[in-house]
Amino acid sequence: MNAATAVFKRELKGYFGTPLAYVFLVIFLVATLFWTFAGGLGEAPFFDARNASLRTLFSKLPWMFAFLGPAAAMRMWAEERRAGTVELLLTLPVTIRQAVLGKFLAGWAFLGIALLLTMSMVLTTAYLGDPDPGPIFTGYFGAFLLAGAYLAIGGFFSALTKNQLIALLLGGVFCVLFVLAGSPSVVKFFDGMGLDWIGSILESLSFLTNYESMQLGMLEFRNVFAILAITIGFVWATTVMLNETKAR
Amino acid sequence: MIKVDRITKRFGSIVAVDGIEFEAKQGEVLGFLGPNGAGKSTTMKMLTCFLEPDSGTAEVAGFDIRKNPVEVRRRLGYVPENAPIYGDMTVRSFLRFVGDVRGMKGGALRNAIDRVVSLCTIDGVVNQTIETLSKGYKRRVGLAQALLHDPDVLILDEPTDGLDPNQKHHVREMIRGMGSEKCIVISTHILEEVDAVCSRAMIIGRGRLLADGTPAELKERGNGKLDDYFRKVTLEHQTKGGAA
Repeated sequence: MNAATAVFKRELKGYFGTPLAYVFLVIFLVATLFWTFAGGLGEAPFFDARNASLRTLFSKLPWMFAFLGPAAAMRMWAEERRAGTVELLLTLPVTIRQAVLGKFLAGWAFLGIALLLTMSMVLTTAYLGDPDPGPIFTGYFGAFLLAGAYLAIGGFFSALTKNQLIALLLGGVFCVLFVLAGSPSVVKFFDGMGLDWIGSILESLSFLTNYESMQLGMLEFRNVFAILAITIGFVWATTVMLNETKAR
Repeated sequence: MIKVDRITKRFGSIVAVDGIEFEAKQGEVLGFLGPNGAGKSTTMKMLTCFLEPDSGTAEVAGFDIRKNPVEVRRRLGYVPENAPIYGDMTVRSFLRFVGDVRGMKGGALRNAIDRVVSLCTIDGVVNQTIETLSKGYKRRVGLAQALLHDPDVLILDEPTDGLDPNQKHHVREMIRGMGSEKCIVISTHILEEVDAVCSRAMIIGRGRLLADGTPAELKERGNGKLDDYFRKVTLEHQTKGGAA
């Protein structure tokens, strides 16, 4: 078995070995579905909208994953360094890149399972009406991509500190910043200062902007590329950071 | 099997390992002796490719630690200081994980696990979660992990530290038993341990090699007492270092 696969397997099992992961999973599901049915973020509650689509669900996911992503990532490296097991892991025949990748993919699979569990909403919507499968597919695909990006950001902060809580908080704050980057008020702020280019860079990196069209059923290369680029960037940064912090 | 070539490691302005040079062969149990902070652990971390040296290099089991770190790690077993292991796993699943990472499969892996489990006498606890084990058992699991692939080179950082006298005795017996077929490096600041298991000892202080010889030779230089010689070399070096 490949070393990265071995790490992946151990980590994925590890998620379901701790009660904390179940707690986070339940909080995520309850909060997401409650929010969907109760309405919010400028949208009517699911039933009031009288619309057989998952828009009311998808619009909540970028926010909910800003919490679940860093929560799934906080343990990743912080705990290895606190317990000293990082020295054991990285003196086995595995490269830092393989170890980082194995852990990242395991976390991504965990978030994918969380996302799968929201699919009861697909059944609900299909029972109540006749939803268009296109937006449901692109919406879920985009949400899965986003989950990976949040996880990558969280993983980076987990490599930065030995304290899981600090990793969670820093990761969460950064994820929210990435969500907010493209919001109209932020873009307007930079436009007002005559710095439109900053506004447009932020907008192109923003999770909200990139996810927007996918919720509507459009899969555009530049959106997928932007999210993947952020993900790969942070996974790479994690390997660099870990090389610095592993022995401390 | 180990060939160290003027290896150096700095942490900021502190020189932790300062151009250490030595060789160790199969059948040798080499003891690293030295006060705390002498550079024993740092040297081991470089030999196991956890840390990269700032200058110099080393060859372990025929591979260069800078050019082929993964090949080196394939061929050595390492127990880091305090033998950190994953507390949330059972002993068996932990050993299976280590085997997976090492690319061992099916029957070969099962046999290897059976072998190290009986070698380290952890038969009774294989299905227990590691965090529920006593310190002595945890240390033996750490050792089992390092022996799983029957490596030629074994590097043990203070393998008996924190164990009770019986556990110490057991670990030393194991090391002695393997000494003839492997190349083993152990670090310690317990001088009696050198007598008990090592075929050769090196005294390290302030990142430098201060003495190298069989335990008997070193004792002779201290007029029959290893303690005296140890104190003489390490303190002498410290005062010298302080003056400079």
